[in-house]
Amino acid sequence: MSEASTLKLTRAFVTPEGVDLRLQLADASQRAGAFLVDAAIMLAVLIVASILIGLIGVGALAAAGLKGAEVIAVLWLLGFFLLRNFYFVGFELSAAAATPGKRAMGIRVAARDGGRLRPGAIFARNAMRELEIFIPISMLFAPAGVEGGGVEGWMYLLGITWAGVFVLFPLFNKDRLRAGDLIGGTWVVRAPKRKLMRDMADEGAERLQRYAFTQEQIDAYGAKELHVLEDVLRERDRKTMRAVADRIAGKVGWTRLPEEDDYDFLSAYYAALRKRLEARLLMGVRRRDKHDTAR
Amino acid sequence: MIDVKVDGRLKSQRFRQEREADWKRLERLMEKVEKGSMASLSEEEILAAPVLYRSALSSLSVARATSLDRGMIDYLEMLCARAYFFVYGSRETLRSQLGAFFAGGWPAAVRGLWRETLVSVGLMVIGALVGAWLFGQDAEWYYAFMPREMTGGRDPAATTEMLRSTLDGAKSGSGLSMFATFLFTHNAQVALLAFALGFALCVPTAMLVIYNGVMLGVFFALFASRGLGVEAGGWLAIHGVTEIFAVCLAGAAGLKIGWTVAFPGERSRLDAAAEAGRHAATVMGGVVVMLFFAGLLEGFGRQLIAWTPARYGVAALTALIWGLYFYAPRRRTSA
Repeated sequence: MSEASTLKLTRAFVTPEGVDLRLQLADASQRAGAFLVDAAIMLAVLIVASILIGLIGVGALAAAGLKGAEVIAVLWLLGFFLLRNFYFVGFELSAAAATPGKRAMGIRVAARDGGRLRPGAIFARNAMRELEIFIPISMLFAPAGVEGGGVEGWMYLLGITWAGVFVLFPLFNKDRLRAGDLIGGTWVVRAPKRKLMRDMADEGAERLQRYAFTQEQIDAYGAKELHVLEDVLRERDRKTMRAVADRIAGKVGWTRLPEEDDYDFLSAYYAALRKRLEARLLMGVRRRDKHDTAR
Repeated sequence: MIDVKVDGRLKSQRFRQEREADWKRLERLMEKVEKGSMASLSEEEILAAPVLYRSALSSLSVARATSLDRGMIDYLEMLCARAYFFVYGSRETLRSQLGAFFAGGWPAAVRGLWRETLVSVGLMVIGALVGAWLFGQDAEWYYAFMPREMTGGRDPAATTEMLRSTLDGAKSGSGLSMFATFLFTHNAQVALLAFALGFALCVPTAMLVIYNGVMLGVFFALFASRGLGVEAGGWLAIHGVTEIFAVCLAGAAGLKIGWTVAFPGERSRLDAAAEAGRHAATVMGGVVVMLFFAGLLEGFGRQLIAWTPARYGVAALTALIWGLYFYAPRRRTSA
């Protein structure tokens, strides 16, 4: 995701402790992806369970006659009903507030007002799927009267358009709400499991002792360049490191020795730059990039 | 700057190293919670979670103001968000929530929808009257409203004797549970649809309720025209009191949503819609339960109780039970 689109989907979310968590809303592709995963799971469960129940049904028919087959039919009907209506509700009621598909995409449901997610809200947002998914699907697969042409064809087109409005609803509002989110008072936010990445200053601080940068040499860059440098160090690509090291050495006027390792140099410069910028941050001065003349 | 020179580490680096263990502990707790349930946490862990959450949150504030370690800030933001949802999330067990739902939440929600319920019942009655009137004009109207597969031979072409025989109970109990299940799942699906359609500004929901009324009207008019009105009434009422009331409530829930979306009043449309949605969804949860009972009554009760007065008796009993449960005054007026 680009910087701009990330910013567009970031929402201020202040906890009772007064800290803004800057929640990020899930974008349309994540929502669609999560739904496709869930749909695939539901379909797979339906097919496997139907085959199993069918096999058991044949056995029950042989063993206990019609009575046995009836129990199996009841099981299938109830199972289908529960799967269709309570798959989403059941998973979203759990502590993770996400279906397996949502979990795979690293997103979850949350109440828009920041309060707790009530069962009523979850039920409401998922009952709306009737309108958003099952009606459009049944329309797609039952194009009744299309071959008749004329008025019925037009009616069909009108119906599809009407259904399409609800399917594409999330694309037409800035919070990516679908009709169910609107009614449930919920939205879907990103909550990926993120590992704590290595602190790049760990190595830099050791190497820094071997390099004596002057104040002017360190003051050449700002926070933006620091983060670019951080990415370069993480990737540790030989060619990129050479290019960046030469660039920095040229800019700050550092004479590089032939036996000097690119990684060592960059790492040390990273630590020095971060130390300097953080020290100024402590004094309330945030230098955004090299063009920022904040002193 | 003096302290930095002692061991060469950055301030933000030491800040992170000193607190990292606590963050990792909170992360493990959250993983455990999200995988399983509250029950998987020990008492000590449940007590520790809010403390760890608040310290992580304060770390985040400090880090944003003083550190340029982007990995750490991103990590803390996500960790705090996950922990926030846990700490301020629902702590009630499913059982206590269900208890509160049946003890007061559901009836209160139904009472709160009384205006919409009246409208919905009114639409159903109008539909039934129109259906009966149309049938009186021309019996052919029957076929316009009743789907062929649903009539099961109950149409104007059948003889009075055939019609009478369809009102009898089943001879044996076999096949009833499947019939009941089918009725329940089918009706519940229709009710959920009526609810969801409300979002489209009430109109489709109203049409669905009226259509159900019309079907009821033509069906009853057919039997009444053959002098079987009383028997047909019992045949319908034994489950119909529950089922039709449930459909009316589903319609009312749909109307509530549609109306609120169209006319949110003083509040913002989003807030009003969210509140109406939660309210209506509570009613809908109960409607599914009602339709389950209706399915049982229709599948078993009607097939096994063939004596018309007994059918009316059961119908009156269900009406009394639902009426008292929903509308009887309570000692404590719950929210």
